[in-house]
Amino acid sequence: MTAAAALQKAKTTLALTSNYAVAYAVKAADVDVVAVYPITPQTTIVEKIAEFVDDGELNADLIHVESEHSAMSAVVGAAAAGARVFTATSSQGLELMHEVLHIASGLRLPIVMAVPARALSAPISIHGDYSDVMNTRDTGWITYIASSAQEVYDTVIQAYKVAETALLPVMVSYDGFLMSHTTEPVELNDEEEVRRFLPRKDRPNVLRPEKPITMGAFAMPDWYYEIKYQVQEALMGSLKVVEEVDAEYGKIFGRSYGIVQTYRMEDADYAIIAYGGAAFGNAREAADIAREKGIKAGAIRLRVWRPFPTSHLLKQLAGVKAFAVVDRAIAFGSSGGGPVFLDVAAALWMNGIDIPGLSVIHGIGQRSMYVEDFVKIYEMLKSGERNKVIYMGLRL
Amino acid sequence: MKVVYKSIWDLPAEELFASGHRACAGCGPAIAMRWITKTAGPNTIVVNATGCMEVTTTQYPETAWMVPYLHVAFENAAAAAAGIDSAIRVMSKKGLWSSGKTNVVVIAGDGGTYDIGLQSLSGMLERGHHVLYILYDNEAYMNTGIQRSGGTPRFAWTTTTPVGKAIRGKIQAKKDIMGIVMAHRVPYAATATISNIVDMANKIKTALEYTAEGPTFLHILAPCPPGWRFPEERTVEAARLAVETGYFPLYEYDHGKIRLNPPTSNMVADPKRRKPLREFLKFQGRFAHLTDAEIEELEKEVVANLEYLAKLASL
Repeated sequence: MTAAAALQKAKTTLALTSNYAVAYAVKAADVDVVAVYPITPQTTIVEKIAEFVDDGELNADLIHVESEHSAMSAVVGAAAAGARVFTATSSQGLELMHEVLHIASGLRLPIVMAVPARALSAPISIHGDYSDVMNTRDTGWITYIASSAQEVYDTVIQAYKVAETALLPVMVSYDGFLMSHTTEPVELNDEEEVRRFLPRKDRPNVLRPEKPITMGAFAMPDWYYEIKYQVQEALMGSLKVVEEVDAEYGKIFGRSYGIVQTYRMEDADYAIIAYGGAAFGNAREAADIAREKGIKAGAIRLRVWRPFPTSHLLKQLAGVKAFAVVDRAIAFGSSGGGPVFLDVAAALWMNGIDIPGLSVIHGIGQRSMYVEDFVKIYEMLKSGERNKVIYMGLRL
Repeated sequence: MKVVYKSIWDLPAEELFASGHRACAGCGPAIAMRWITKTAGPNTIVVNATGCMEVTTTQYPETAWMVPYLHVAFENAAAAAAGIDSAIRVMSKKGLWSSGKTNVVVIAGDGGTYDIGLQSLSGMLERGHHVLYILYDNEAYMNTGIQRSGGTPRFAWTTTTPVGKAIRGKIQAKKDIMGIVMAHRVPYAATATISNIVDMANKIKTALEYTAEGPTFLHILAPCPPGWRFPEERTVEAARLAVETGYFPLYEYDHGKIRLNPPTSNMVADPKRRKPLREFLKFQGRFAHLTDAEIEELEKEVVANLEYLAKLASL
């Protein structure tokens, strides 16, 4: 048997929700410290991890913290001590962590966190949209948005390598409920192989008595700016790391995703840019239907939201006549458009490209998004609707 | 209390808290830091909450800490320390921690403990982490001015409880933080202050030893000259008078048993040995506005507190 065949044989496929896929990836990564506070729809991740720890399948310490603020604080402490760490949250929990998210990137700690995305209060909603993730935009985290349980599993494993190479925290997000609680087939890697992919390396800046360092110092105006600029530099540079790790992972495990994923974009005149599972799935189906109606439709999915993959995206948009961005979050009071639309618009403007676009807000609080809605977006693009914000699916 | 040091001559000589930091002249907390680090020794990781000590000792690119040090935020030092404790234990099991036995010590002020950090402290205590939590209490938020905290005593002047025509200083009493900690049934908790160094050093040693069982807690009174408004050369005297007047009793909670320490135990046995509270209050600007009636009221509270502690100690 060849090595590749042996590896193939070692693979198992299980029916998993995206949340369980995260737990299996965390186990494969041999994480040391997990700190979590339960919140819907994240909870089943940690329930599964708790089973792994209590059954002795994962040699980790599970800290049952008293809040999400403490969950992020505990993984900051553990990562500062050199441990491989994990946490997960959603919605209000992510908001409660917000302060510490900045500290995690400022301290350059390789923390990995899963975020099944969920709407924010008030009114309280336990259902999925990306309001929580979009609110972390400026925290200095590398942010993935995955679109299948398989990709969630693969991305969490990739995230550890990215985090430990770029020395930045990484968030792996996906649709709350629509993915977190939906079962899909997931091919699992051989755990030994994952651990070879994620070797333990000594990080230079960790808390060790034999070489004392001060972490989290107080910076006056003479230094603060330079230190924060280093986070910006590292984050911008991390896209290359994300790409390399994805390619290496693909070589070893046979699956890779790139930075942006495209569907029928080769000759498309009209593109829908989306993120997450449901929106991209709908956009793809709608593109097929639109093409039957004679509209040259294509779809683009952002797999990485931070750092924003400007050049990857522009390459895809180069030949289109118009585009729409479907945002599952509202950028309240913005100059126009949802959060991702604003970045796409900025990317075009900064590069002197003038392509008209529509900002579509949809799926807020898990309002149903229908394939026909996405077909309608292609039709609007074709009919020349331009430069406005559409609140789709809203009952007026 | 395990008596490791019998006199000041036995105290460790090695300095792990560098001079040249930016704390005020006569800073009580800085004196506490020096003895905490000396007593805990080099195999110690310090987790510091936001506060005077963080701001004055870690001005980038300089640091006063000769032990590994982490500051995260104001309210989460106990949670970050819990993460470090977990990391050390798991990494030791996996052969990834080569530093051997390492103390994890939280250092937080009264604002970070009584108020904003109370939740994470409670969580850390409840979960039984092997962490020594040290509260240095200067009885107000001192690094952003002098604002009241849950540790500020009744009637004290602060910038947010000014002495006005209608309200004269802080209305509420000081929160019983030791009571809150003891309610978590930790192995060990004790009070100490910078005027009684041998007592404090022995309590630090004891608390660190007991962290093998679970979390321990020290409440160290650390007077603040600008915040309490007294001359900077009187810091240690202020701490001593706090103890000798019964304002800040010295005691330990050891596996459910409360024990009063000298001189507090002596004044409980013989009330004549307690100095009048006025001696502690009179040289401090924060109490300068107090009337005789108000001083008397505070004195009654001090006596009542000593009686309460004496009863607990007799159980």
